Amino acid sequence: MATTASMPTERESRQHGRFSLSNGAYRVILTVGAAIFVALALWFLYAIVSQARPIFDQLGVGWVFGKVWNPNHNQFGLLPFILGTIETTAIALVLAVPIGLGTALALAYLVPPRVKATLGGAVELLAAVPSVVYGLFGLVALAPIWRAHVEPFLTSVFGWTHLFSGPNDGVGLLLAGTVLFIMILPTVVAISRDVLAVVPREQVEGAMALGATRWQVLRKVVLPDARTGLLGAFTLATGRALGETVAVALLIGNSDYIAHSLKSPAATIPSLIVNNFGEASGTELAALFGAGLVLLVIGVGVNAIARVLVRGKTGAAGGAASVAVA
Amino acid sequence: MTTDSFTPADIEDDVNLSTGEVFPDRSVGHPVMQLKDVAVSFAGRTAVRNVSFDVRDRQITALIGPSGSGKTTLLRALNRMHDTVRTAKVTGQVLLGDTDVYAPSTDPTLLRSRVGMVFQRPNPFPTMSIYENTVAGLRFNGVRKKSLLDEAAESSLVAAALWDSVKDRQKAHASTLSGGEQQRLCIARALAVEPEVLLMDEPTSALDPIATKRIEELIGELKNRVTIIIVTHNMQQAMRVSDQCAFLLMGEDKAGELIEFDATAKLFSEPDDARTLDYVNGRFG
Amino acid sequence: MTTLTFDASTDPILERRRQIQGIARASVSRRKTYSKIALGICWATLVIALIPLVAIIVYTVVKGIAAWNWTFFSQPTKPEGIPGGGIWNALVGTVIIGAVATIVTIPLGLLGGLYLAESDGRIAAAVRFTADLMTGVPSILMGIFGYIALVKVFGYSGLVGAFAIGMIMLPIIMRACETAIRGVPGHLNEAGLALGARRFTIARRVIVPAALPGILTGGLLAIARGVGETAPLLFTIFGTLYTQWNPTKVMNALPLVIFNDSSSPYPDQLQIAWGAALLLMVMVLVLSIGSRLLAAHLQKERR
Repeated sequence: MATTASMPTERESRQHGRFSLSNGAYRVILTVGAAIFVALALWFLYAIVSQARPIFDQLGVGWVFGKVWNPNHNQFGLLPFILGTIETTAIALVLAVPIGLGTALALAYLVPPRVKATLGGAVELLAAVPSVVYGLFGLVALAPIWRAHVEPFLTSVFGWTHLFSGPNDGVGLLLAGTVLFIMILPTVVAISRDVLAVVPREQVEGAMALGATRWQVLRKVVLPDARTGLLGAFTLATGRALGETVAVALLIGNSDYIAHSLKSPAATIPSLIVNNFGEASGTELAALFGAGLVLLVIGVGVNAIARVLVRGKTGAAGGAASVAVA
Repeated sequence: MTTDSFTPADIEDDVNLSTGEVFPDRSVGHPVMQLKDVAVSFAGRTAVRNVSFDVRDRQITALIGPSGSGKTTLLRALNRMHDTVRTAKVTGQVLLGDTDVYAPSTDPTLLRSRVGMVFQRPNPFPTMSIYENTVAGLRFNGVRKKSLLDEAAESSLVAAALWDSVKDRQKAHASTLSGGEQQRLCIARALAVEPEVLLMDEPTSALDPIATKRIEELIGELKNRVTIIIVTHNMQQAMRVSDQCAFLLMGEDKAGELIEFDATAKLFSEPDDARTLDYVNGRFG
Repeated sequence: MTTLTFDASTDPILERRRQIQGIARASVSRRKTYSKIALGICWATLVIALIPLVAIIVYTVVKGIAAWNWTFFSQPTKPEGIPGGGIWNALVGTVIIGAVATIVTIPLGLLGGLYLAESDGRIAAAVRFTADLMTGVPSILMGIFGYIALVKVFGYSGLVGAFAIGMIMLPIIMRACETAIRGVPGHLNEAGLALGARRFTIARRVIVPAALPGILTGGLLAIARGVGETAPLLFTIFGTLYTQWNPTKVMNALPLVIFNDSSSPYPDQLQIAWGAALLLMVMVLVLSIGSRLLAAHLQKERR
């Protein structure tokens, strides 16, 4: 650790020719660094907005909610893709919230200390697996299982809800949503566990001392205390799910129409861009940028809300998990 | 204390699980808690040992001694708070009435409804209102009837000298109370379950002198309702408040042990052990 | 011991105690069962959560190892349907693009992080907020930004891909640096000031070394993230069959290979996709685990 005894004086620095900066110059360099970042961010925003501008000039704002996407007929409705984005994210959340929360509770309060560190570390590492690998896994390993087993099973059990009409393709909303769930699970677990673990020990002991069972302690004291932070964890995971591109593009079947059932192929805004950007030009290109703008607003908005919720509960932005996963 | 009058308040009950009968159990001065050669160790390292004494019914027993002597560790052994610490081991015998606290057949959850605890720093549940905090223990133990909850809440808030200030704002959050009030809320919360014994772990050390004084008065008043065992590092507090004292001291091997147990008056004026004399005369702290 | 009968109803406290104890005892087994079930469900969710996560790792390892041979590592990618391809060009691309992105974003991120850690005004708050917002931008948008900003002007190249990836890494590194630097105890800074040292010197000799574990962790995690991203590369580096070492030209990269080959009907291509997936996963995990070990090691040395 650097000690004060090794601090060179100013004269020493100059004598030995060591590089140093005056306080003013130092400050300028730092500010320039930050300014470069801000400039890049603004450039990014400007680029997206200005590229999207033509479509808004032409079609106003209503096109965002249009139902048909058909560039050949100059129709650019975004609704199928907005719905697809929401639907895949919803499936992922419906699975991730209970399973992630239960896992986080187990990791924070039930698992013995030695195992806790290993398992917790393992979960955080899994957050780093690249999304394209999830896509490959989903496409090659899971899609056949979905087609042959999962979808028929669900259709037979839940067909009456009209959510499971149509052929069993394997790819589609259900598969994409499920793989998305696997992808956001580490995020949910890691942050939830952090939030649950910082509930003050004295609260837990106070409840125990009154004669509460372990579950009563968790349910009546720990969970309410962690409410806000947990909401932040779920929101952060939602943000990640909304922006997920590659895995979803591989698994969602890519149809430009609004899905009728959970088994249908569909598309999300990211998958729309991925599939069409390469050959788009003119108005279609502007429409894709417009779609990107919509995605930006949604994704960034959700992420901002999440950070506010998580920061309050665990201090430094929820630890490494949320830094790398964003 | 040593009277022979048999008023109903002197009788302890025990409920027969299968028949639901109530039969009276004790008379005045019968030990409500007995410690026999109790020792607590963590991962093989002894924290406190050789503790034997009886806690008389409706008396205030203080555990005193310098820091590190194991007072809090001992206190927490009495309501099995060490159960959640995997490396903890409690030996010896702790009897609550006729119940062996550490017998396998004794349920810790039920035990803690009979032996309550107040902690050093006030710990009301922040997401609950004052009322909800007060009845939290009752709810944990399965009590649902509103009339019983209300009755117990009022009784314990009165006993904690908090009723007048909060009776009109019981729905307010516990965090709106001052530190001293929060601690009294915690006391009320512990009392609402009507425990037989109340353990207090340095309940005033986090409070200012005025709040401390009020709580000490409170403790004196609570004597007739519950048996109190209080850990304190403040000798004057022990003198003011307690009937009996247990003096613990950390030995050479860093393990605390019971040096002397006696009536407070005697312990502070003519203790048997030289080390006790040194401590109460402030020769080490 | 004298036993007495008495009229319990004369003492409300005792009466209440009896009632409460009665209710407590009667309900205890129900409460404990309920607790056991609820906790059991939590354990079950833990197992459920681990299954897919373990499955993915095992599957990728099994399938990917089968692809790992000398050809795989030494040959560049071949067109679909032609056997004998490998990922050498993609590996070169990933490493070079990653290196370029890292070389630019780490220093810039450190400067930004220092700025944020040392400033508290409204402007700094706005910058911090911007950084937080930028970490939430979907990566596909960085890809199309790179396209419109640079490809239109300079054409497809590895540099544009590095730019897009760098845009993703930069805010992460900035915030990680800020957190690490803010974590350094204030008295170190004060001691330096008291000696009359300049802020730059203090930063260079005291603060940054002290914050190094956090900075390295954040940096390595950001690199792991950047290297694994696919979407920013889709419209920026174009892909190629050649092994290209020059980042100013079009390049290939591992995520791109996986993405393109995963829907291929040719089993050769599919196997290469698995091999590439395993390779990428290993690289990312090595960086992530490495960052943790490094941080722990440095922390230990400082004690």
